Amino acid sequence: MKMYLSNIFTDPEMEKYIDIIVSSFLPLVKGAFYYTIPLTLITFAIGLVLAVITALMRLSNMKVLQWIARVYVSIIRGTPLLVQLFIIFFGLPSVGVTINPLYSAIIGFSLNMGAYNSEIIRAAILSIPKGQWEASHSIGMTNLQALRRVVLPQATRVSIPPLSNSFIGLIKDTSLASTITYTEMFRKAQEIAATNYHFLLVYTEAAVIYWIICIGLSFVQDRVENRLDQYVAK
Amino acid sequence: MITVKDLNKYFGDLHVLKNIHMDVARGEVVVVIGPSGSGKTTLLRTLNILETPEEGEITIGKQSMDFSKPLKKKQIVEFRKQTGMVFQNHNLFPHFTALENVMEGPVTVQKISKAKARERAKDILTKVGLGEKLDAYPHQLSGGQQQRVGIARALATGVEVILFDEPTSALDPELVGDVLDVMKELAEEGMTMVVVTHEMSFAEEVADRVIFMDQGKVVEEGTPEQIFQQTKEPRTQQFLNRIRK
Ligand SMILES: Nc1ncnc2c1ncn2[C@@H]1O[C@H](COP(=O)(O)OP(=O)(O)O)[C@@H](O)[C@H]1O
Ligand SMILES: [Mg+2]
Repeated sequence: MKMYLSNIFTDPEMEKYIDIIVSSFLPLVKGAFYYTIPLTLITFAIGLVLAVITALMRLSNMKVLQWIARVYVSIIRGTPLLVQLFIIFFGLPSVGVTINPLYSAIIGFSLNMGAYNSEIIRAAILSIPKGQWEASHSIGMTNLQALRRVVLPQATRVSIPPLSNSFIGLIKDTSLASTITYTEMFRKAQEIAATNYHFLLVYTEAAVIYWIICIGLSFVQDRVENRLDQYVAK
Repeated sequence: MITVKDLNKYFGDLHVLKNIHMDVARGEVVVVIGPSGSGKTTLLRTLNILETPEEGEITIGKQSMDFSKPLKKKQIVEFRKQTGMVFQNHNLFPHFTALENVMEGPVTVQKISKAKARERAKDILTKVGLGEKLDAYPHQLSGGQQQRVGIARALATGVEVILFDEPTSALDPELVGDVLDVMKELAEEGMTMVVVTHEMSFAEEVADRVIFMDQGKVVEEGTPEQIFQQTKEPRTQQFLNRIRK
């Protein structure tokens, strides 16, 4: 370790490391842009739809719907994501259901986002004062109209910070797709490191790229929040 | 216009409305007074079915609701469309501007085109003295202005009855006048109004009839003169003495 660190600062060695960083940079960024980010966006979008449906089922008056939603959320939250991915990709083929790595990852991550985010959305909907529903009803709206026009838009603002958190979690969790042979950024990093044996350098580089993506996302989050804040008293 | 028969409402074991009977003629202004907790708000909310009474019947316009039978959601929605409601704490939609608050009913409920609804909303807001504040969000308005937007929103769908639940009691004293003026104007134009308020001067000046409630019952009703000057009920007298102090 000591040797390694002191070597970094001697010239010919330095050049070699820079070479490794530079040559692995493009494949890693490609991995991020072609696979990690699209996978994140797709699963977040599907997950969000699932989450809204699940939240509404939990809040509905129908016991059956409430229970289906409860059981779904309980199972997903109560079992490790890695195990869920393994069941979908390695387990299901033994009952004749074979799903390719990409679709397995989409299914696994979407189900996960749907469960976690449904709790966020449910809490956001419940945080909107009862008076907003009553005012909507008093001008003749149905429940659905009140939800769509009055409650959900306000709940959206409330749920952006926690949803951003879960989005950032998802970006990082997509690295788990590498274990079911889906070649996103981290699996690219594993492949590169396996050929040049510079595990520290290549994995650190991957970590930095994840970090940069997350910083970018926080920036987007701030802008969205500011836009939606125009109607909130400061 | 409004007929209430044998209305009973419970919150658990609490009997909040006891055998209420009430008639309101078209164009009449009825002021409901009474001590806190006497059931005034609950009565108003049942007229808009924000609370569902256990027994009784309410007729507004051509529609009747018999609460001894199970009600369909659609029936309730249709029934509510006849009345507008102005809340004590306005309950404006914070994510909409004043104009959008007023347009919302016409556009979403009545499916009127946005352009038409915008024109109408502008007219109504101008009428309540807020022609300059069309694009302000609720948090940018004073309490009195917010409450006037609330009135404009209640008017926008062309209702024939407006229910007011202590529209000025959350306001600073100097803002009360503007809101009461708007309500007076509505009364003069022939709007049917049921108003819960502690503003006795408003009641004396504008009300056709005053209803005094206590402990979930209508204790006495009559013209403002009969109630304020010649009441025979000790409970009414007691309440008035307390209010006038
Ligand atoms: N949602 C509710 N749940 C339980 N009790 C309620 C509820 N709303 C009102 N009450 C009770 O009903 C009674 C009448 O309340 P309310 O109609 O608000 O009276 P007022 O408007 O005359 O002050 C009070 O005792 C109050 O505590
Ligand atoms: Mg009250």
